[in-house]
This record gives sequence, structure tokens and C-alpha cells, in this order.
Amino acid sequence: MPRVSLFVTCIVDQLFPQVGIAMAGVLERLGYQVDAPEAQTCCGQPAFNSGYPEEARTVARHFLNVFRDAEYVVVPSGSCTSMITHHYQEIFLQEGKRLEEAHGLASRVWEFSRFLLEVAQVEDVGARFEGVVTYHDSCHALRELRIKDGPRRLLAKVQGLTLCEMEAAEECCGFGGTFSVKFPEVSGAMARTKIDSIRNTEASAVVSIDSSCLMQLQGAIQRAGLGIRTMHLAEVLASR
Amino acid sequence: MTAREQILGDVRTALGRAGSRTPPALAAPLLRISQTDRNLRTRLFVQNLEKLSGKVILAPNAASATQAIQNILAGQPAVASNAPFLATCGVTSLPNVRSGFTDREALREASSTAVIGITSADYALAETGSLVLLSSPLEARLISLLPPVHVAVFPRSRILANLDELLRAVPLPAEQTSSMVLITGPSRTADIEQILVRGVHGPGEVYAVIVEDS
Amino acid sequence: MKEAPAAGFQQTLGDPRLQLAIYSATRRLIDHRASAVDAAHLPDYQELRTRANEIKKHTIENLDYYLEQLESNVVAHGGQVVFCRSGEEATDFVLGLAKERGARLIVKSKSMTTEEIHFNERLERHQLEAVETDLGEYILQLAHQRPYHIVAPALHLTRYDVADLFSKTLGVEKEVVPENQTKIARAALREKFLKADIGVTGANFLVADSGAVVLVENEGNARLSTSAPKIHIAVAGIEKVIPRAQDLGVFLDLLGRSATGQPLTVYTSFLSGPRRAGEIDGPDEFYVVLLDNGRTKLLRDPEKRQSLYCIRCGACLNHCPVYRKIGGHNYPWVYSGPIGAIITPQFHGITEDGWLPFASSLCGACAEVCPVKIEIPKLLLKLREEVTQAKQREGSGGAERWAFRMWAWMMTHPKMYRLLARVGAWFAPVLPKIGPLRSWARQRELPAIPSRSFHQLWAERRRP
Repeated sequence: MPRVSLFVTCIVDQLFPQVGIAMAGVLERLGYQVDAPEAQTCCGQPAFNSGYPEEARTVARHFLNVFRDAEYVVVPSGSCTSMITHHYQEIFLQEGKRLEEAHGLASRVWEFSRFLLEVAQVEDVGARFEGVVTYHDSCHALRELRIKDGPRRLLAKVQGLTLCEMEAAEECCGFGGTFSVKFPEVSGAMARTKIDSIRNTEASAVVSIDSSCLMQLQGAIQRAGLGIRTMHLAEVLASR
Repeated sequence: MTAREQILGDVRTALGRAGSRTPPALAAPLLRISQTDRNLRTRLFVQNLEKLSGKVILAPNAASATQAIQNILAGQPAVASNAPFLATCGVTSLPNVRSGFTDREALREASSTAVIGITSADYALAETGSLVLLSSPLEARLISLLPPVHVAVFPRSRILANLDELLRAVPLPAEQTSSMVLITGPSRTADIEQILVRGVHGPGEVYAVIVEDS
Repeated sequence: MKEAPAAGFQQTLGDPRLQLAIYSATRRLIDHRASAVDAAHLPDYQELRTRANEIKKHTIENLDYYLEQLESNVVAHGGQVVFCRSGEEATDFVLGLAKERGARLIVKSKSMTTEEIHFNERLERHQLEAVETDLGEYILQLAHQRPYHIVAPALHLTRYDVADLFSKTLGVEKEVVPENQTKIARAALREKFLKADIGVTGANFLVADSGAVVLVENEGNARLSTSAPKIHIAVAGIEKVIPRAQDLGVFLDLLGRSATGQPLTVYTSFLSGPRRAGEIDGPDEFYVVLLDNGRTKLLRDPEKRQSLYCIRCGACLNHCPVYRKIGGHNYPWVYSGPIGAIITPQFHGITEDGWLPFASSLCGACAEVCPVKIEIPKLLLKLREEVTQAKQREGSGGAERWAFRMWAWMMTHPKMYRLLARVGAWFAPVLPKIGPLRSWARQRELPAIPSRSFHQLWAERRRP
């Protein structure tokens, strides 16, 4: 079986470690040899999105150095995947050699759900989860990576799970990186609109492939005193 | 330096060139003309105009068209354009219909008091249910605009598939007229709470009387 | 550098009636558009977008040529072209002409370009009455407000607001039914149309090979403004030009659908010059005012010049979750929403409204619906970079810059990163909520910091 390197992202590393562990568990069960390079940090997106491309470039170079030789890099985030596969091309536009390297790496970097479906070619990972969930389309996964049906197909194969679509599935949760702290009132209002839509379903949990969105939603759900859980797709797929 | 010179100069500087140049060729216009079947066109036109609350009358001949228009008029004052097709059908000789205007003020006066404005249409577009009117000595602009009801009478052969076919038939409207207008249903607005209201500044009622070609 | 209007945000966010008005109006426009561009109704929608983008790109990159072509064709059909560097020049031209012709009353049909240059206010200062004739714009003129939305200018007002306004300004009985309110406006404005000396419009497109002005509308006010008065003046930005009449198929197929979900608006007028010999009505004089007002500045940057492709359909506003929360009036200029966020700093200077490019979650919904494929998120990022650079030049934003430098250093020194992150985690419960954390906590709970990071767990898991 091929070797898979996890890039768990800074947010999963520091705030949602169980997501990384769950992802590793699913991949190992499928027979992959999983490693998680210790030198990994961040993809550079926070700086890139805040108007500091030089700082983003510095961090992106580090990423390339760490994952240069990886066979597959699997990422529990659509947003970070898109940063690497789409935006590194802009970041390294002036650095011929790095650009080539980034280009080469882009084809080996996979968002988790897409890796399962397109590389491992499985829909049913043998998970079991009792309950009704709803799925939140994270913006960069949806609009930059065109991930829409994939996670839903994976969820559909989970035993005991019922997927109940919310009306505003494609609407932004309001996180947007530094946007969430530069414009907290607007960001918070966006989260509440999203939560209203979640509440209109029977779901007891909202599932996504991006932990940043889930952090935003969880924070707003808790503030509103609601009992809805937030779960990364990997956590659902690791349940049995 | 005149404003013209400065703006054109600034444009060129911004685009990184010193003088004017002929642009590289642009791809030929995209004209998508789908269906050509006459009956299908008529059916589509009727469907699409009715969807917009326009009314359509299919008249087998000129006499029945004129009869239908007389029913719409119901004795109310009307103005009609100088389009020969209207005279041929006999529309201009109906009671209470004023026509033959050549003077702007007289036309304006009559059109602002008439209840119904009757015109022909140079073309009609099936896919959108549109009427196409080219301004000329035969078609004034205000007749289809000032009265609250607009009736357009035209032979069925003038129905084109769509806007692209019109642009193929009339590639340079400016060569023929100072004004070509596409009228797609009654005047409407949704400016207050997105609630649809018909008949704002233009006619709130639009009739298309399609006459079978003899 | 100006900050975001926090008070304005709070007021809009805290007004449930207003929130509902914005949300439901944009929702309706979203739904209308969606069903007009779906595969069943417009199978070649994506191809049309690509074509529209190509034509706009070609035209903008050869703008000088097409402006000259437009000019010679306007003149060939008996009209005149007036180049104006600024809004002042444009209004001065109209004022001068009005004075020469002894004109007193101007009817106007909806035009963002004249809003941009404060046309009405400037005219009023010279005792020239300019009446807005689009229902929404008329309401706003009576209320002394600027448009809330590019396409639906009075989107934020309810019929009750309109009832109060009409009764106060027109002296009519309070009327809350939109149909009757429309009748009131129709009657008031009909009189103006018939008395007006000059009709002023914008232009949705200027057609170079025809010397024509194309106007799309639903009410008939643009037709009346260009048919009843003896003089028609179209005021348009220089970027509105397209090469050929035959290109209109592509743009008209996209514009109405993207704006309101209409395959075609009720009226599409293709106007070229004053009335011809024998034509019974129509204007005797026809002017096209070509306005720069900062547009040539936008043209300089090869990437950002695509901002000039915009055909003002408003779809990006409707789909923008930020616009849908803060509404139109919190944007500093007449152009609101995502398109406003990219063009305002380019027109007014990056240091003026530096907050605007940051007021986006970069969700990308705008770019997905833009009929001419302007890469709005990409331009927002470019502008963010320019703002941070401008701040540095100004000597502000130092703390943030320092933080990102430290962050980049830390992220390239993994051992330090892990160490510092864990130290931070230990102290999390006792750390005061400062800076970004406090901002976060104003609206949301902070996530609980786990006792061990992924890499710690991973290391433990690997230990035999």
C-alpha cells in the first residue's frame, strides 16, 4: 500500500487534534501507511489572506520543504488544500523552481474526502453513526475545489446516519480567517443565520470538512446555548 | 489639452502604448439561432408573452384581426401608427382611431390622451415574447409608450427565433433608425418590496395580434 | 486611513425589520437568477460568461480604439460626444447646454454613473430641476437617500415607509398598496415627462460600430426620458463600450438574468443619434457624455483593470453574505457589495477606504455568479496587500505587521512553534482575552484548548 503523509493543518494540530487522529484511523483501516511529518506547521493562508504575501511565501516554502518527497499528502481541510493546490501557483509566480515544485506537489495533495473517493476509491469506509446530521459546504472546498457531492456520498454510506439537508448549505458560515476578528459582529451575524438554517433541520450535528468553519459554528452554537454538535467528516467516518 | 485628448492619452498610457493601433481580431459574434420551425416559433412566442401577462390573438386573416381590435377598443379613444400593415388590415379606419400623424406635437397630444396605442411590429422574438419596433416615419416612439394599452398588429412571418436572429437580420440597427426598441411584456416594477406591479410608465397591457400571412 | 463604520454596522445588524427586508429581497433575486441560468433555461450559460469576459477584456485592452470608433459613429448619425475628465466637467456640460437652450426641467432615468458624480445635487445648486423617474430612484430622491443596491435602489424601504414618504412629500393620502403607490408616482411623473426639456440617462452599453446607447429597463421611464424631451444626454463611463451591435446577444442574455432573472428586461432600447429625417418623434439633439472620473487610473494595473468589466447586474451583492448583513448604506460609495469593495478603493485611493477589501469572508459566491467573470476574491486579496503596504508607508498597522512577521518566523521553526503553542495552551485559562481573542469572544465562545496537540497525541500513539 502507498504511503500517506498527513498535513493536519495548524488549527487541527492545536485545537482539534481528535480530527487528525480520526483521519489517520480511517486511512490506516483502509490499509495505508500513515505518517505525519513532525516539521509541518501551516500552509501560510492566514498571511496570504491578510495582505502579507511575503510572510505567506516564507511559510509556503517551509511547507514545500517538509512535504517535497511525500507520495500523497492528505489534508482535513478544503481551504488549506486549495491554498496549496491553487494559490501556491500565485505565491511562487516569480520563483521558477519553487513554482515547478509547487505545481508538482499540487497533484499529490488531496483533501481528505476527495482522497477517499478518488484515490482510495471507497465510498463505504465501514463507519457507523447513529443520528441525523446536516452537512455544511465550506466555501473554498465548494467553490475552489468543486467539492459538493463527495462528502455526502461518504455520509450516505455510514450506517445509522441520516443526512438532512439544510436550506443554506452553501452559505458562508462567516469565519473567513481574520475577517472573524476584524468584523466580529458581521461574522457572528453570518454564523447565526447559518445556525438558523441548521436548526430548521432535525439534525443533532453539523458535519463539515473544514475545522475552521466548525470552530466558528461551534462558538456561535455554544453562545446561543444550543445543543447541536459540530463534527468533522473524519470523526464521523471514524465512528463505529 | 482638451478633455478628449487627455482621456484618450491617459487610456493609451495606462495600456502601455504611445499611439493608437488597430486591435487584434475579435472572434466572430456568437449568434445562436436554434429553432426555425414556423409553428414552433409562433407557439413559443405566444407562450412567452402570455407568461408575462401579455395577451395574444391569433387572427386567421386581416378582417378577423380588425374585429378583434375593435373588441379591445370597445369605443375608447386610440391612436395608430402610420404602418401600412395597419391600413391594409383596416385598423386605421375603425371608429375612434386617430392616425396619420406627421407632426410631433399633435402626436404627443393625441398619444397622451388616448387609452390605446396601436402599432405594427417590425419583428417579434419567439424565445422571449418580444416585439421589435424600429422608429421611422411609419412608426413613432410614443404610440407604444404613452397610452396605458399597447396593441401590436403584425403578420406571422415576422416572428424570429430570438435576439440573435434579430441581430443577424439587423446587424447594424443604426443604419436604419435612431431607435430600435424591444418590448417584452407590459411595463412593470418591483421596486417596492419586490412586489410586482404592472403599468408603471409604459403600457400595463400589451396585446399582440398575429395575422396569418395571406 | 478610515475605519469601518462600526456604528452603522451595529444599527443595520440590530434592526430586525431592515435585516428581513434585505434578506428576503436578496433571497428573491437569488432564486430568480438561479432559475433563469440553470441548464434547462440557459444551457450555454458558462460559455456565454466566457464570451462576455473575452469581449470585455478585448474592449478594455483596446479602449482607445473603440472610444474613437464610437465617437465617429455617434457623429455620423448626427449626435455629439463629449469627453469629461470629472463629474464636474460632466455636470458643467449639462448646465451649459441647459442654459443655452433655456431648459428648466430634466427627467432622469436610473443611472449609477450620475449617482457617482452627484449629478442631481450639482444641478439643483443651479436652480435646474432634475427628477428621477425610476420608481425606486424617485422614492429615494424624495427621501434624500442614495441607492441601497445597484439594481433595486429602494430595497431597504417597506411599503409603509413609502406611504409615509408620499404623504409627507406629495401631500397625498397614506396609501400602502404598492399598485396604488405606483399609480401615484406615475401620475406625478407623467406630467414631468411631458414638460421636460432634457432627458438624461446612463447607458448599459455603448456600441462602437453603431455609435449607439443601449438601455435596459422595466418601467418605461428610460424610453420616455429618451423619447419625449427634445434633448437626450447619455452619461456613461468610458468602460461601457462594446465593439459590435452583434455582441449584444451575449450581454443581454446575461444581464437581465443575472440581475432579476429576466431573459430580457421589458424594454431594451438601442438608440443612435437624434431622430432621423421623417421620424415623427424622438430627440432633436443627442449627446453621449463619456466620463473618466478615475477610470483611466483603474486601467493601469493589468490585473485589476478587470474591475472595469462590470455590467452592474448586482448579482454579487445579492449573493454576498456580508452585503446581506450590512446592507448598502454602510459602503462608503454608491457602488456597494463585492464590486463596490473592489472599485471604491481603486477610485478613491487605497488609503481612503482601506477597510473595504477586508470586509469579506472570501467565500467566493460573488465570483461564481459574476456574468463577466471578474475575479473578485483575487482582487480583494491584491487590494489587501496594497492596503497593508500603504499602512506601512503611513507608519500604521505596525502591531499586525509585527505579529505576522513573528508568526512566519514561528511557522518556519517547528520546534519553537510547538513549544510556544503548548505554553500558550497551558496559560489559556488565565490569559486575559486580548486583541483578536476578545473580538472573537464578543460573538462566540472560544474553543476549549485540548490538553495535547495532534503531534503530541501522534507521538504517544507511535510509542510502542
